Amino acid sequence: MNSLTTLLILLMAILVVFWEAVFNPIRSWLGAQVELLPALMVYTALRHSLTAVALLAVVGGLCFDSLSANPLGISVLPLFLVGLLLLLKRDLILHQQPFAQMVLGFAASAVAPVLTLLILLTGGTTPLLGWGSLWQLLVVAAGGALAAPVFFELFGWFDRTLVYGPAHQTTFRPDREIRRGRL
Amino acid sequence: MLRRPHYITLGLVVLLTLLVLNLPDQTTARLKLGIGSIFLPLFGLANTAQQSAEQAAARLLPRSVLIEQNRRLTRENEQLRLQAIQAAEIDRENARLRQGVGWQRQQPWKLKLANVVLRDPANWWRTVHIDLGTRDGLTNDLPVLTPEGLVGRVSSVSLTRAQVVLLGDPNCKVAARVVNSTRDLGVIESSGPLDIDLVEMSYLPRHATAKPGDAVVTSGEGGIFPKGIPIGTIVDVQSVEYGLAKAARVKLAVNLNALEQVWVMFPSNP
Repeated sequence: MNSLTTLLILLMAILVVFWEAVFNPIRSWLGAQVELLPALMVYTALRHSLTAVALLAVVGGLCFDSLSANPLGISVLPLFLVGLLLLLKRDLILHQQPFAQMVLGFAASAVAPVLTLLILLTGGTTPLLGWGSLWQLLVVAAGGALAAPVFFELFGWFDRTLVYGPAHQTTFRPDREIRRGRL
Repeated sequence: MLRRPHYITLGLVVLLTLLVLNLPDQTTARLKLGIGSIFLPLFGLANTAQQSAEQAAARLLPRSVLIEQNRRLTRENEQLRLQAIQAAEIDRENARLRQGVGWQRQQPWKLKLANVVLRDPANWWRTVHIDLGTRDGLTNDLPVLTPEGLVGRVSSVSLTRAQVVLLGDPNCKVAARVVNSTRDLGVIESSGPLDIDLVEMSYLPRHATAKPGDAVVTSGEGGIFPKGIPIGTIVDVQSVEYGLAKAARVKLAVNLNALEQVWVMFPSNP
């Protein structure tokens, strides 16, 4: 795991939560705010280690709840479970394909809020729910589907720009060196 | 397949979640404040960008428009000053009459302007954060409004920020009265997740005469909201609970989607 990339992922999580809290046009337009943390979790789970997944779930979840009326810590577990599931199955997932990334973003963005709501309802809290919540879930999932390939592209660019690439083996072999004499 | 590191990490995350969820309310509030302070530089940055954009827009405004705007505001200001003089006279008369009859004088309120800095990122709550906090004298349960009508109440306060639960949130219930001949009483509750400009007025009596178009204001019961603050107008009324009560849908006077600045009401002498 590259610690710089993990740091960038956590920074992105903070920026994403801030954007969700201050950017209102989507909510005014479609009646729901998109959640981008599950899409970021899809990228992290498919490309990084378990530690990065856990860190993103904790930092992202706590930041999200600190700006929300959610009980603090309620979003951590759903995010982590989504990440863990993807991490365990990542060898079977075609994560290079943008379409597959979109499908994963859609699924993760639909599952994470549902899990959060289940925990909220289990804890006796009554959030604002109704038939309209299904539309909101669809908007959230569609937002996640669009965001997932963007995160893959963005962090791919970060990796190419900021992280040292693997050292390639050179064709030079010292045992094949031709030693020339004076003449 | 779950392996040992997976189990350990899952266990740690579950433990952390349970620990944070079971913290005392005061500690959770402090923790939320602490984590929320990560965003302070971003808020500063966003605020500066917005101010710069406003300044640039103001520079682009033609002089003639500014002069016209100035004239209109001056006229409006004069009218309001005259109304204030009349209101002060009516207030004095009211106080004399109250003294004569022996009624208790209503506690006057003062207002403080606040900017809406962010909205709840979760779709299942309707809350906003404003840029006033305990250092500005804010406490929980203060009414928040705009010139159009009621917005909600303060639900939690930190040093520099406060959370306001908006009308329509499950945690914001308001005792309300219909402005009609029977002065029907009810409770304003949430309606649905997509109807941001609609709320439900429930517990209306069976014989209520409320009809579409009637205004709804706060009743003053419940101890949080002073009476007479406009809430909205009735859209439709229907019988509920097998005809034992009525419920009405109320269109809010305030556009909650477009909130930028709000007023917080303080009791004058707390």
